Amino acid sequence: MAAKPKLYYFDGRGRMEPIRWLLAAAGVEFEEEFLETSKDLEKLRNDGSLMFQQVPMVEIDGMKLVQCRAILNYIAAKYNLYGKDTKERALIDMYIEGVADLNEMYLFWSISPPNEQAAKMTQMKDKIANCYLPAFEKVLKSHGQDYVVGNRLSRADIHLVELLYTVDELDPSLLANFPLLKALKARISNLPNVKKFLQPGSPRKPPMDEKCLAKVKEIFQLK
Amino acid sequence: MAGKPRLHYFNTRGRMESIRWLLAAAGVEFEEKLIQTPEDLEKLKNDGSLMFQQVPMVEIDGMKLVQSRAILNYIAAKHNLYGKDIKERALIDMYIEGVADLIEMIMYLPMTPRDEKDAKITQIKDRTINRYLPAFEKVLKSHGQDYLVGNKLSRADIHLVELLYYVEEVDPSLLANFPLLKVISFTALRTEGPRLPSWNLIFGLLGPHHSPGLCCPSVSKLARP
Repeated sequence: MAAKPKLYYFDGRGRMEPIRWLLAAAGVEFEEEFLETSKDLEKLRNDGSLMFQQVPMVEIDGMKLVQCRAILNYIAAKYNLYGKDTKERALIDMYIEGVADLNEMYLFWSISPPNEQAAKMTQMKDKIANCYLPAFEKVLKSHGQDYVVGNRLSRADIHLVELLYTVDELDPSLLANFPLLKALKARISNLPNVKKFLQPGSPRKPPMDEKCLAKVKEIFQLK
Repeated sequence: MAGKPRLHYFNTRGRMESIRWLLAAAGVEFEEKLIQTPEDLEKLKNDGSLMFQQVPMVEIDGMKLVQSRAILNYIAAKHNLYGKDIKERALIDMYIEGVADLIEMIMYLPMTPRDEKDAKITQIKDRTINRYLPAFEKVLKSHGQDYLVGNKLSRADIHLVELLYYVEEVDPSLLANFPLLKVISFTALRTEGPRLPSWNLIFGLLGPHHSPGLCCPSVSKLARP
């Protein structure tokens, strides 16, 4: 019987969180090894586990995969969450890359110096309210179905709902004018695997706090 | 018969160039609608063609696709350049994401503030010879085959060869200690096969009619959202 996937990262969201969400949604139990210091990262680098000297890294099915998209694409395809053909996949990819762009903004905001955060937050909220959420609401409106692509659950729903939770944390009022997105969030949250992941005590990680930020800066030797 | 794919972008490499390479490698002729004024971009935004108000956008098979990875993934899968199964795909994805990270650094060097440029170039050279090229050389050494994955041409080879051309443009000496990478560069482009590019097609991409590596100021102004 195959071993559980093992995730190598720090104890925080960062670039690993979408992977945690997707594994959870697929009903796959996984283990985590947390980096606590720069020495832990050094060790992983020195034993040749990281193709480009970077984390996230996931040991899965005999591979040591790095690069989030490689990891996510593999999991999605393995668990049939990537659409039924190349055209559905193209739509899924288009949507999830939009989500990824916003996640990237959020990631950089969370590690920015405090004096830069306000400006970055304003810019992010503007994009959320005027570009991304309207685009996704429009997709749901166009077909009136319960899922973003192909009338069945795919990774697009998972990544989008993860984003909606982040948006909600930043400012709940941002979701006010997007009824279909709110409904999607509620529906997906009620799926058994997702519901379990949303409970306390699951592998889901909280937002970055000062303690975590200090640890991240030390691990990655950031200024 | 399906129309040719139509690429909407500025007259520059930017985020469209990898798509041009991949289409060329797949033997697919394409059209380009160049964005040359702010009005051109506004028009695209206003007619609802751009899902997130951004380019690249490619009209292909009845879709208006945005997001370069969505476009590249579709082309690769359609033309059998994405491996034979999900495990090959995982390797291809891992390799091409590394390539993309380095291409991003090189491609956006012109946007670096003048006082930071030297440091950035140093970082690019360091990453090239200490992180990325060794990783790919190691892959080729590990199996001794002519192609990165699955003993057959895939997008991984195309994206890597594109990167090697950019590395050469930055500083040819960077490639000195990577003999297997130099060979793949030659092999991937020279392989016989009906859909594989001739030298001419690839060098058409590299020739004077196509944009030089640098993103000129007027274009970068257009590109700002």
